[in-house]
Amino acid sequence: MAGSAQPRTMFEKIWANHIVVDRPDGYTLLYVDRHLIHDGSYFAFQRLKSRNIKLRRPDLSFGTPDHYMPTDTRRKEDITNPNSRRMVTSLAIHGAETGVTVFDIGDRRNGIVHVVGPEQGITLPGITLVCGDSHTSTHGAFGCLAFGIGSSEVTHVMATQCLWQKKPKTMRITVDGHLGKGITGKDVILAIIAKIGAAGGTGYVLEYAGSAIRGLSMEGRMTLCNMSIEGGGRAGMIAPDDATYQFVAGRPYAPKGAEWDAALARWQALPTEDGAVFDREVTLNGPDIAPMVTFGTSPEDAVAVDGVVPDPAAATDVVKREGLTRALQYMGLRPGTPIGDISVDRVFIGSCTNSRIEDIRAAAAIAKGRKAVVPSWIVPGSGIIKEQAEAEGLDRIFKDAGFEWREAGCSMCLGMNGEIGRPEERIASTSNRNFVGRQGKGVRTHLVSPAMAAAAAVTGRFTDVRRLLD
Amino acid sequence: MQKFTTLKGVAAPLNMINVDTDMIIPKNYLKTIKRTGLGKHLFAEMRFDEQGREKPDFVLNKGPYRGATILVAGQNFGCGSSREHAPWALLDFGIRCVIAPSFADIFFNNTFKNGILPIALPEARVNELLRFLLELPGAEITIDLPAQTVTGPDGKVDTFEIDAFRKHCMINGLDEIGLTLEKAAAIATYESRIAKERSWV
Repeated sequence: MAGSAQPRTMFEKIWANHIVVDRPDGYTLLYVDRHLIHDGSYFAFQRLKSRNIKLRRPDLSFGTPDHYMPTDTRRKEDITNPNSRRMVTSLAIHGAETGVTVFDIGDRRNGIVHVVGPEQGITLPGITLVCGDSHTSTHGAFGCLAFGIGSSEVTHVMATQCLWQKKPKTMRITVDGHLGKGITGKDVILAIIAKIGAAGGTGYVLEYAGSAIRGLSMEGRMTLCNMSIEGGGRAGMIAPDDATYQFVAGRPYAPKGAEWDAALARWQALPTEDGAVFDREVTLNGPDIAPMVTFGTSPEDAVAVDGVVPDPAAATDVVKREGLTRALQYMGLRPGTPIGDISVDRVFIGSCTNSRIEDIRAAAAIAKGRKAVVPSWIVPGSGIIKEQAEAEGLDRIFKDAGFEWREAGCSMCLGMNGEIGRPEERIASTSNRNFVGRQGKGVRTHLVSPAMAAAAAVTGRFTDVRRLLD
Repeated sequence: MQKFTTLKGVAAPLNMINVDTDMIIPKNYLKTIKRTGLGKHLFAEMRFDEQGREKPDFVLNKGPYRGATILVAGQNFGCGSSREHAPWALLDFGIRCVIAPSFADIFFNNTFKNGILPIALPEARVNELLRFLLELPGAEITIDLPAQTVTGPDGKVDTFEIDAFRKHCMINGLDEIGLTLEKAAAIATYESRIAKERSWV
């Protein structure tokens, strides 16, 4: 075999390692190594129960309530909506019934599912990982194949630990060169989506490569992979390297001792080989990327902070022109307005995109010694991150600067927990979607990095964070 | 799951690209523990004003479109969340088929599991259908899944692609869990091999 084999992509290697059955019609029964579960998985547990099917591998399934839990309390009985309360409380009950490990509210390990997985060492290179949430693409930052599934497929995984899949196409997005001061994974992914479009990655697994990507921390890589879905890609991945192994080593569910050595040897053979062919290649120049801000109601509507709101009249396609006109109307923006002239009413720093320790440090670096001039929330991604930030004194910096320091959870990213904005309120948000009504009816969401969000908090408008950095 | 064979029904034109799952069913209606009853909130923000009154301009509030069973829309339909509330809301309203130039991957998968047929047609033809439907409110489209055809109000017949497995499941109302459980032996063999090869997994 040696010598005759075609060079393979990392995706192809992981795919090949997880084939249970290959069917002649092009479907593969793919094995799922890790299944992450959250409070929204209520329906799947119910369906499994109603069909009297046993959950096949509780030892490979891990749960944490996040979506429906408010972040001003750690008491489930404080959840005012009875259905939301039921979904949050049911997870631990379903976990106990099925044997699934649950990091429940009150446990310091509880938090946003896509923060908890990597933090606990559940997420590992080379594995397949699924979760009933589109931002499961986050975990691909570790060089694994991770994608979001719907409730029917969650039930299927619970019952069989497998999924029928057709092999997706592959796209490599290469970003080379040094990123400028203050430029983060968030700016890189917004620049990528602005380039390829919100449907650009549909049907593809994305691999991010190049020196700018390798230079990102694991937190930055997670932010990048997290928003693959906003570019249409179900999964995004980055080759594991020393930064990956350092992050994973010693975590509670990561392999140890001889198993670690064996795992590491396998992981080091994962990266895409020279000469491997992707179905599509896209390149960006790292040094060209500026702090990004979205202006519309699709994540592809992103421009540099020193840019202006574009004119829909310039769009060649009539549907796009109408869409952009509608978006600017919703956002209350006029074409040609400099991004720096847009004032904000509120700031949200958190979500599975940007709630990790590095994100919180970046926001704190801007907040330090300044004052928030609009209501601003910091929502850490997990109880452990909250503790770590407090140990570093970051909570004090935020409190002194007038920010609100909250408990872990999804919070205002999706407003399913009562934490929403008011109609026409303009929010600088580190979350992942600026859809109409995402953060509450009529709310105007602008997606930015944590440092840019903190800069907006202390200046009341979109401010180029590079000007606030020493 | 409801079977899907043929469908002749009123088609509603939704002339927008990137119709996302938050538009299809805004999240304030997701605090439900039932899969039914979401139809009355379908497209809620576009369909109703602050007071909960119907917005007269929205397509599903206009005359014959109210009874639509087919939706025709722009590219990247269903982008956003993996939550199955989006197909549940469409189905509960009565939509059994969505025609668009392209769909977001997760939503596309989710529709099949809920007896809704997503049909991708070339953008030029979708735009043509949108024009017909706007000019002729109440015009019908006919879907024949066994034959894989869409017959427009103009009588023009388009064929569409669907893989054989999904087609079989739709026509017979099968869900995959039962089929996969028949592969239990293969799954067990895989598991015992991996337990040796990659014990840390």
